[in-house]
Amino acid sequence: MKYKEKVYILVVFFVTFFGITLSSVALNHAAPLDALKDNMYDNYGVDLTGFIESRAGWRLQDDEYQRDISLAEIRLQLEIGKDLGWGQLTVKGDLAADDVVHETRGELRDLNLLFSPLDIMDVKIGRQVLTWGTGDLLFINDLFPKDWKSFFIGRDDEYLKAPSDAVKMSLFFDAFNLDLVYIPVFNNSEYIDGERISYWNSLLGRTAGRDFIFADEERNRFGNDSEFSARLSRNINSKELALYTYSGFWKTPEGLNGDMITPRLIYPRLTVYGTSLRSALWGGIGNIEIGYYDSRQDRSGEDGLIRNSEFRLLTGFERELGHNLTGAFQYYLEWMEDHNEYSRSLPTGSPEKDERRNVLTLRLTKLLMNQNLRLSLFAYYSPTDKDAYLRPKVHYKISDQWAVDAGGNIFIGSDDYTFFGQFEDNTNAYAGVRYNF
Amino acid sequence: MRKYLSFLLGCLMATAVTLAHAAPAVEEIVNKANMAAYYAGDDGRSEVQMTITDSQGRTRNREFVILRRDEVDGGEQTFYVYFQKPSDVRKTVFLVHKHIDRDDDRWMYLPALDLVKRIAASDKRTSFVGSHFLYEDVSGRTITEDDHELIEETAAFYVLQSTPKDAGSVEFSSYTIWIDKKTYLPMKAEYLNKEGKKYRIVEALEVKDIQGLPTVVKSRVDDLDSGGNTVTEFKEVKYNIGLEETIFTERYLRRPPREVR
Repeated sequence: MKYKEKVYILVVFFVTFFGITLSSVALNHAAPLDALKDNMYDNYGVDLTGFIESRAGWRLQDDEYQRDISLAEIRLQLEIGKDLGWGQLTVKGDLAADDVVHETRGELRDLNLLFSPLDIMDVKIGRQVLTWGTGDLLFINDLFPKDWKSFFIGRDDEYLKAPSDAVKMSLFFDAFNLDLVYIPVFNNSEYIDGERISYWNSLLGRTAGRDFIFADEERNRFGNDSEFSARLSRNINSKELALYTYSGFWKTPEGLNGDMITPRLIYPRLTVYGTSLRSALWGGIGNIEIGYYDSRQDRSGEDGLIRNSEFRLLTGFERELGHNLTGAFQYYLEWMEDHNEYSRSLPTGSPEKDERRNVLTLRLTKLLMNQNLRLSLFAYYSPTDKDAYLRPKVHYKISDQWAVDAGGNIFIGSDDYTFFGQFEDNTNAYAGVRYNF
Repeated sequence: MRKYLSFLLGCLMATAVTLAHAAPAVEEIVNKANMAAYYAGDDGRSEVQMTITDSQGRTRNREFVILRRDEVDGGEQTFYVYFQKPSDVRKTVFLVHKHIDRDDDRWMYLPALDLVKRIAASDKRTSFVGSHFLYEDVSGRTITEDDHELIEETAAFYVLQSTPKDAGSVEFSSYTIWIDKKTYLPMKAEYLNKEGKKYRIVEALEVKDIQGLPTVVKSRVDDLDSGGNTVTEFKEVKYNIGLEETIFTERYLRRPPREVR
C-alpha cells in the first residue's frame, strides 16, 4: 500500500472518530441533536433518525488493477418518517463522501408512501427496499436489486439491498396473501464492473479492473423495460408456503451485445417461477426454495453471448448450538439447462462453466457481553468451482449511540474465472465507527 | 351408634375447618399466578421502558410498545413488540407466537432490509434485547416444566419452590417464588445456580390496579454474578382493547398497526 493512502485512511478514520466524540462531548452529549429531534416531532409530527459513520478498508494484497484502499468514506444517513393518519411517509437518504472514486454523492434509499385503500389491501408506492424469499445471502425468488459492490467491500449489510422504484400492492385474504410489485423502469443490481473491484473479463480472457470498466446497455424505456413480481403466500400452522413469479430481466448483466468495437454488457429477458417453504424443524428453522430461470432470449442455449436457462435450489437449516450461539447451514445449486449447447457455443479457449454449480454456506453467530458484542462468520464454499468467500465480522455496541465494527472479505479460489475465485485479489479488511441518533 | 355418628360428624367438621384455612393446592396457586402475571384480560398494550445497567454502572435504554393477545386463556398467546429506542433498532418488530406444547415461533422484521427473518427459538433462557430479563421472563415459563412445592405460607405470600423437571435444559437448579395471596401476582423470584448459590432475583417493585386487574408496572432483575441489573417500567397499560388476530401476522410486520405507532 502506498504511504500516502495509508496516511489518508488513518486520517479520515481518526478525524471522524475523534471529531464526533469531541463534538458530542462538547455539545453536552449531542443535546442539540436531541433537541432538534424533539422539536421536529413536537412541531411537525416528524420522526427524525439517522447516523454518521466513517468506514475504511484496504486490500490485503496487491491488485495491479485497483488502488490499495477498497473503502474510504464518511456517510451521513437521515431518515424522516411522518404519520399522515391515512398513510405513512418515509424519506431516507445518504450523503457519502467517498474517496475511492473521489466523489461526494447523495443516495436516496426511501421515498415512499404506505397506505391501505381497502381493509384487505396495503399499497406502498415510491422508492423502497424490497425483500422476500427464504435464503440467507443467497437469492432465488428475490429478484429485487442488490448492490454487490457494497457487499464485497464491507459496507453495512443494509447496503446489500438496493432500492427499487416500485408500486407494491398487497392483498390479504383468509386463504392466502398476494403481493404484486410493478417496477415501471428496470432496476438492475449494482454489478462488479471493474470500478472498486477487479473481476474476470471474459472478452479479454484475463482479470481486469479500472483498466476495463465494463459498461452496460441500460434498460431505461418506461413501460417497455418494466419488471413485474408476484408472490402468493400462506401460513399453515407456522409453515410458511409461497409461490413466486418474476418477469423482467437478469438483474446482473448476463449477456453481451456482440459488438466487437464497443462491447457492452446487456440485461437479457428473464422469467422466473418458484416456490418456497419455511418451517420449524428439529428445534430450529428449516427452509427450501426452488426456482426455474427461463432465459427467454436464449431458450435453446445455443447463444454463447447470453446466459442459459437454469434451475436453482437452496435448502437450509438454522438452530441454536449453544447459549447465544447460532449456526446455520445452506446448500445451493445452479443447474444449467442445455449444457451441451453452451459448451459448443463457447469460443475456443474460454473457460467452461460446470453444468452444476454447488455452493455450501455456513453462518456462525456468537453474542457476548449482554449481546453488545457480536462475533460472526459467514462462509460460502463451492466444491464445484473450488472457490470460497469468507465474511468474518466483529461488531461492538459501545453505547446506545456508538458502535464499531471490523471485518474481512476473503476470497479464495484455484481459478481466476470462477464466481468467487475471480475476486481473489480484492480480499480486504475494513473497520467502521458509527454514531446513531 | 350415636357416639360413632358424633365422632364422624366431628371429623367431618374438623376436615371442613382445616380445608377452609388450608392453602389451595400448589397446582391452583401456580395456575392462578400464571394467569395473573401473563394472561390479564384477553389482550393488552403497554409502553415499556427498560434501563439496563452493567456492572460498571453504564446504562443503556430500550423503549418499545408491546401488544399481547391470548388465543386461549392460560394457553397459546401472541406478542407483537415494536421498538422505538435505541435509534439503530427503531421500527424493528419482534413477533412471537407462544405455544405450550412446542417451541414458540419467532420472527424479526428488519425495516432497513425489508427482511422478515424467522428466528430459531429453542433456547428461551437467553437475554431479551440485551437486558437482564430473559425471553421466559417476558412471555412466561410453561408451568408444567417445573415441579412446584409450597414451602411456606406467610401472612401475605405463598412461598413456592420450583424445580425443573429437565435439569439439563436450564441454567438454574431451582427457584423460590413469593406469590401475593390477594392478587396472585408473583412478587419476587430468587434463582439458585447449579451449586445452590443465589445468583438472580426478579422482583415486582410496583403494582397498580388497571381496569380492575392488578398489574406489575415496575420490575427489576438483578444479576448477582455480574452486578448488573435491569429495571422495566410499563406505562399506558390497557387491557381488552380488542386487538385483532391479524395484527400478529406478516402484514403488520411491514406495516405497524396504529396501536403501536
